Amino acid sequence: MIKKEMIAMLLAGGQGSRLGVLTSGVAKPAVAFGGKYRIIDFPLSNCINSGVDTVGVLTQYQPLRLNTHIGIGIPWDLDRNIGGISILPPYEKSTNAEWYTGTANAIFQNLRYMEQYNPDYVLILGGDHIYKMDYEVMLEFHKANNADITLATIPVPMEEASRFGVVITDENKRILEFEEKPPKPRSNLASMGIYIFSWKILREALIDLQDQPGCDFGKHIIPYCHERGDRVFAYEYNGYWKDVGTLTSYWESNMELIDLVPVFNLYEEFWNIYTKNDVVQPQYISQDAVIDRCIIGEGTEIYGEVHNSVIGSGVTIEPGAIVRDSIIMKSTSIGAGTKIYKAIIAENCVIGSGCELGVGEEETNVQFPKIYTDGLVTIGEDSVIPDHVRIGKNTAISGGTTLDDYPSGLLPSGESIIKAGDRR
Amino acid sequence: MRAIGIVLAGGNSNRMRELSNKRAIAAMPVAGSFRSIDFALSNMSNSHVQKVAVLTQYNSRSLNEHLSSGKWWDFGRKQGGLFVFTPTITIDNGFWYRGTADAIYQNIGFLKSSHEPYVVIVSGDGVYKLDYNKVLEYHIAKKADITVVCKRLEPDEDSSRFGVIDVDEDNRITGFEEKPLVANSSMISTGIYVIRRRQLIELIEKSAVEERHDFVRDILVRYKSLKRLYAYEMDSYWSNIASVESYYKTNMDFLKKDIRDYFFRQYPDVYSKVDDLPPAKYNAGAVVRNSMISSGCIINGVVENSLLFKKVYVGNNCTIKNSIVLNDVHIGDNTYIENCIVESRDTLRSNMTYVGEEGNIKIVIEKNERYVL
Repeated sequence: MIKKEMIAMLLAGGQGSRLGVLTSGVAKPAVAFGGKYRIIDFPLSNCINSGVDTVGVLTQYQPLRLNTHIGIGIPWDLDRNIGGISILPPYEKSTNAEWYTGTANAIFQNLRYMEQYNPDYVLILGGDHIYKMDYEVMLEFHKANNADITLATIPVPMEEASRFGVVITDENKRILEFEEKPPKPRSNLASMGIYIFSWKILREALIDLQDQPGCDFGKHIIPYCHERGDRVFAYEYNGYWKDVGTLTSYWESNMELIDLVPVFNLYEEFWNIYTKNDVVQPQYISQDAVIDRCIIGEGTEIYGEVHNSVIGSGVTIEPGAIVRDSIIMKSTSIGAGTKIYKAIIAENCVIGSGCELGVGEEETNVQFPKIYTDGLVTIGEDSVIPDHVRIGKNTAISGGTTLDDYPSGLLPSGESIIKAGDRR
Repeated sequence: MRAIGIVLAGGNSNRMRELSNKRAIAAMPVAGSFRSIDFALSNMSNSHVQKVAVLTQYNSRSLNEHLSSGKWWDFGRKQGGLFVFTPTITIDNGFWYRGTADAIYQNIGFLKSSHEPYVVIVSGDGVYKLDYNKVLEYHIAKKADITVVCKRLEPDEDSSRFGVIDVDEDNRITGFEEKPLVANSSMISTGIYVIRRRQLIELIEKSAVEERHDFVRDILVRYKSLKRLYAYEMDSYWSNIASVESYYKTNMDFLKKDIRDYFFRQYPDVYSKVDDLPPAKYNAGAVVRNSMISSGCIINGVVENSLLFKKVYVGNNCTIKNSIVLNDVHIGDNTYIENCIVESRDTLRSNMTYVGEEGNIKIVIEKNERYVL
């Protein structure tokens, strides 16, 4: 008989539209992070490090990169005879065909996957946070309280609590009330979007609410269970946890890795973060290169200057190029003499020589004022930037661009060129 | 599949000085992130030789650890796979491997139970890329009994630690002298051979009966006139690391762009076991010039014309010049290192100076306690 005490369901289907062109061709969990990782590596590594060896990954939006990255789960030791990793896309049924319409709806559509393992507990995870967490400790808390549902929560500064869903608990950490983005928060315990359900409760709730349109854990399932009197508890987590849902928070949390002793330390001897290693060779730093406060991935060749940046693997930075305060992902090349300030450049881009990125004064982005902010230049994967162009702040580029796209060789601050899909 | 592979990785060499105290030569770290045997295994895998035996004896633990899974070289297959054969005591044999031929003889069952018609025999200490199928094609075209992959050395290179070969105009081997005092040819054997499986079984069994145990001396040299031995000349990069000088030079070769591109940016790739280390980190004060840095390194000092292997910590205000620092070394503040090879898992104290000479590289072995949070 097959039996797993706790299985995990990882919601990785979201677009993450606030990451702009970074997610125009890939799902958010597959976006690169910290020089060699992808965001999904963190929850997956947490799973295996916590002894959870059965993980269903629910995909929907642009799954190619995610599928290639995960494969059969070898990098995380999740290739198992029983259990291991399974990718669960939406599928056609005999009576209907439905996309995943909400987080809980996605889990509902995979009831049979979960039933196979006879779990006692189901761990629900998102694929968009950077953190190291022992889910086993949370499970012990769940068992000790004889809980039906346990929410992972993190204390946030009171003044920021109104940006989160907060919970109000009694002295035993049992949840009394929920508040979604309250203007005047009465608690600073924010929900992290990580839940442990006792299997029966989850199954019942999903079936009861199966006709709820866009069925969501935070909006429907948990309030429903709470109202009918289920034991819902808040587990308090006190480590590093960072949402990388916006370009600014994504950029900041990458930059935090550069600190002398980073708060989120990848160099600790325990709690390894695993990822698929396509490149294993060392990096090369040339005679004339200047490197200062950075982390740099495998197989990268640096001939220019890099300051205060996170550089992925297989990147080439040509002589005379200067990169500052930027994130450059895998296999991108930066042409000779190009100067880059505060940019996020995704995978497989070709940046010409003699360019300048991040010039001029900040202007609000015309098309997407809420996405491209804080002076960042954001360039989507597979983009091409021709030689000798200048690009302003709060700009976005995706796709193969030519000189014709830059009137008088300049993309002014606040403008975007979105041509994704041109380079195939 | 037409061939099975045998990697001879049993050896030790006093030319490696202290570096082989704790490991087999085939397990020597090379080029920052690799082990010497990775090149042979990657070539096997890329040549679609799917069933490979590694014969190991001297200090085999280091190698066994590296070969704990065949998956890194794509050998985790139902058909074929990676076999590691260390000497064992059996009912009819109580000896260690007495030589390369004896090592094969003691595992002759591996040859007999295979069905592939050819065998590719290689050594575990060569750094090169080679499609063994090309050698096999050549072997068949020449109707050879044994094909030896050869390399022409530059006039200034020392051939005295290799097998030196003379060929006729058809490239048939007419002379084969092992480690001659005076070499009269610049053509040397790279220790890569192709031979028909049945022929190999026959020669190995015959040698065993005659109490002859060395593959080169007792088979190649002895049979060179009787059998059709052909030389396949390799013109791409090849280097043998089995001496401190050549080990140092081979590693330093990777600082040259053409060699780096040849190994790392051209098809096919070289594979190695993955260590899951974070990317290299450069803190304020790091100055790095013409050097290769591997994953997991944290650099606070100056590194010039050097190779840092995986997980090396360089303290504040250190200087490392023209040196090779092997895996997992911790270097305290203000330490100066020049023309050295620092042994793996060393802990170097602060304010130390280690200086070797060009052409006489110093090997640093420092087993100090490490207090790191």
